[in-house]
Amino acid sequence: MTILVIAEQVDGVFRKVSFEALSAARKLGSEVDAVVLGSGIEAVAAELGQYGAAKIWVADDAALSEYTVEGYTQALAEIIGQINPEVVIVGATTQGKELSARLSARLNAALATDCVAVRMDGDQVVADRPMYGGKVLAEVVLGGTPAIVALRPNVVAAEAAPAAGVVEKVAVQAGEVWTRITGKQLETGKIDLTEAEVVVSGGRGMGGDDYSAIEALAQSLGAAVGASRSAVDEGWRPVTDQVGQTGKTVSPNLYIACGISGAIQHLAGMSSSKVIVAINKDPEAPIFLKADYGIVGDLFEVVPALTEEVKKLKG
Amino acid sequence: MEILVLLKQVPATESMIAIADDGVSIKRDGLKYVINPYDELAVEEALKIREAQGGAVTILSVGPAKAVEAIRTGLAMGADKGLLVDPGDLKCDGLAVARILAAAIKDTPYDLIVAGHRAVDDDNFQVGPAVAELLGIPNVSMVVEEAVAEGAITCTCTVEGGTKVVQVPLPALITTQRGLNEPRYASLPGIMKAKKKPLDTKSLADFGLTDADLQPKTIVRALRLPPERAAGRIIEGDTVQAKVTQLVKALHEEAKVI
Ligand SMILES: Cc1cc2nc3c(=O)[nH]c(=O)nc-3n(C[C@H](O)[C@H](O)[C@H](O)COP(=O)(O)OP(=O)(O)OC[C@H]3O[C@@H](n4cnc5c(N)ncnc54)[C@H](O)[C@@H]3O)c2cc1C
Ligand SMILES: Nc1ncnc2c1ncn2[C@@H]1O[C@H](COP(=O)(O)O)[C@@H](O)[C@H]1O
Repeated sequence: MTILVIAEQVDGVFRKVSFEALSAARKLGSEVDAVVLGSGIEAVAAELGQYGAAKIWVADDAALSEYTVEGYTQALAEIIGQINPEVVIVGATTQGKELSARLSARLNAALATDCVAVRMDGDQVVADRPMYGGKVLAEVVLGGTPAIVALRPNVVAAEAAPAAGVVEKVAVQAGEVWTRITGKQLETGKIDLTEAEVVVSGGRGMGGDDYSAIEALAQSLGAAVGASRSAVDEGWRPVTDQVGQTGKTVSPNLYIACGISGAIQHLAGMSSSKVIVAINKDPEAPIFLKADYGIVGDLFEVVPALTEEVKKLKG
Repeated sequence: MEILVLLKQVPATESMIAIADDGVSIKRDGLKYVINPYDELAVEEALKIREAQGGAVTILSVGPAKAVEAIRTGLAMGADKGLLVDPGDLKCDGLAVARILAAAIKDTPYDLIVAGHRAVDDDNFQVGPAVAELLGIPNVSMVVEEAVAEGAITCTCTVEGGTKVVQVPLPALITTQRGLNEPRYASLPGIMKAKKKPLDTKSLADFGLTDADLQPKTIVRALRLPPERAAGRIIEGDTVQAKVTQLVKALHEEAKVI
C-alpha cells in the first residue's frame, strides 16, 4: 500500500505539519512517498527522507514557484495518476484545505478534512475529524482510491525516521493558470496559531488594542497570540487571530485564556487543547468550568507577574 | 452581473449538540437553524456587488424542505430569487453536494459564484473549490476584500501569517472569510417582499441526477462527543505573586507543559 504525502514548503522551508503527515503515513502503510511542488526546491526536498519518505517526487518548475490552486491541482492530479497511491495525506493548512477540496473533485476522491487521527481498519481508511466546530467528533470511512486526508496541524507528533529519501524529479504541466498573485503581506517569524504548542489569547477583558501584556507572556513561552471574536469585532486584533467555531480551531499543549468568558463558540475552537488555563476577574465566568487551572484576578496584574515567573523558570 | 450564492442552512452556533440514537447523526429536534454565518457574508457581498454593478443575485441551496426558510431569509436581505434542490433520502457528502450544485448551475448564466469557506456544521471546507473544479472555473478562498473590474475579480485573502492579493478572470467562485463585510438584517419590508420572490424547489431527477451518481465516498460511521472537560483547580493565594508562582509550578511539574 502506498501513502503519498503532499509536503508544503514556504520559501524552501517545510511546514511542520508536512513532517507530522509523514509520521501519520508511516503508521498506515508500507510505502511512504512524498511529493513537493515549487521552484528551486530540489535541494531541500531530501529533508523529507528524515521523516520516513522512501521516494520524494519533486516537481520543480517556474510555473509552480507560487502556489495556485489550479496549477497545483493539475500538477498533483498528474503525479497521483502516475503513482496511484491508496491514500494521499496533506496538512490541513489554508492551502492544504483548498487544494484537497479541488483535488477531491478532480480525482472524484473521498476527502476528510482537518482530521485529528487516521488509521486502517482492515482495508478501510478511517479518520477522526471534528464537526460542529469541535462539539462532535466524527469517525469517517473513506471509500475508493485515492482517499484524501487533510491532517490538522499539531495532532500527530513529527518523529524522525530516516528512510531512503530518493529524490525523483517529475516533469508536470501546471496547465492553464488563472490566478495572478499581485501582493502578499506576511509576518515572517510569526508562529502560526494552528501550529503553535502554546497559545495565549486575549478577549474583551483586554479593554482595548494594547496587547503588550499578552504578547510579552506569549514571547516568554514561545507562544502564538489568539483572540476571542469580541476582540476581533472590536478591531483590536486581526480576524486571522480569532479562535473558535467561526475562527481557528487550535489544539496546543497549553492554552491560556485571558479576559475571555468562555462562550460556547469560543470553547469549540480550543477545548481540545491539552491543558487550559483561565485568567478572569469574574469567579463565575464559564471558562473556569473547562479550565484545568484558573486564576481569579485582574489580568493586567496576573499576566505580567506570570510572565516574570515564566522567565525565571526558563532562566 | 449574474451572481449565484451557495447557501446552507445549519444549526445556530450557540446550539448544544447531542447525538441521535442511530449514532451517526445529531438530534435535530429543538435546534434553532440559521444561514451558515459565512454564507450570510456571501449574500451580503453579492448584494453589494449587485448594488454597484447591477444584475441579479440567485441563492442556491441543497437541503431538506426546511432549508427554504434560510433561502427566504436571504431573499428578505435582498436577493432576487432562490432555488432549493432537495436530495430526498440521499445522504450527501461534500463532493455529492458539489456535484448537485454544479449540475444546477451548469445551465444558468453566471459571472460570479459566492460561497462560504466552510459550513459550520460539517466543517468540510470542500464545497466551494469542488464546485469551481467541476465547472472548470477559478476559485479564490477566504476572501476579506474584493473588487470587480474589467472581467476580473481582485481579492485579498487570509493565509497563514497574513494576507495575499490575487486576481482571477470571471466567471469565478470566491469563498468568504470573516471581515469581508457586516451582513445586513432583513428589514420588515424586505421580509414582506421576499414572500413574493421566486423560490423553486427541484429534485435530483430534474437535473438528470440519480442516487447512483452521487453515492457518498466519505461516510460517517460514528459520532462521539469529545471527552467532557472537568472543571479544574482554582489557584488560591493571598497575593497575585503567590498565585502565579503556584501556577507555574503546576504547569511545569504537574502538567509538564512548560
Ligand atoms: C455566529 C456566531 C459565531 C461566533 N463565533 C465565535 C468564535 O469563533 N470565537 C469566539 O471567541 N466567539 C465567537 N462568537 C461570540 C461568542 O458568542 C462570544 O460573544 C465571545 O466569545 C465573547 O468574547 P469574550 O469572552 O472575549 O468577551 P466577553 O464574553 O465579554 O467576556 C469578557 C471576559 O473578560 C473578563 N474580564 C474583563 N476585564 C477583565 C480584567 N481586567 N481581568 C480579567 N478578566 C477580565 C470578564 O469577566 C469576562 O468574563 C460567535 C458568536 C456568534 C453569534
Ligand atoms: N448543502 C449546501 N447547499 C448549498 N451550498 C452549500 C451546501 N453545503 C455547502 N455549501 C457551500 O459551500 C460552503 C462550504 O461548505 P463545506 O464544504 O460543507 O464546509 C458553504 O459555506 C456554502 O457556501
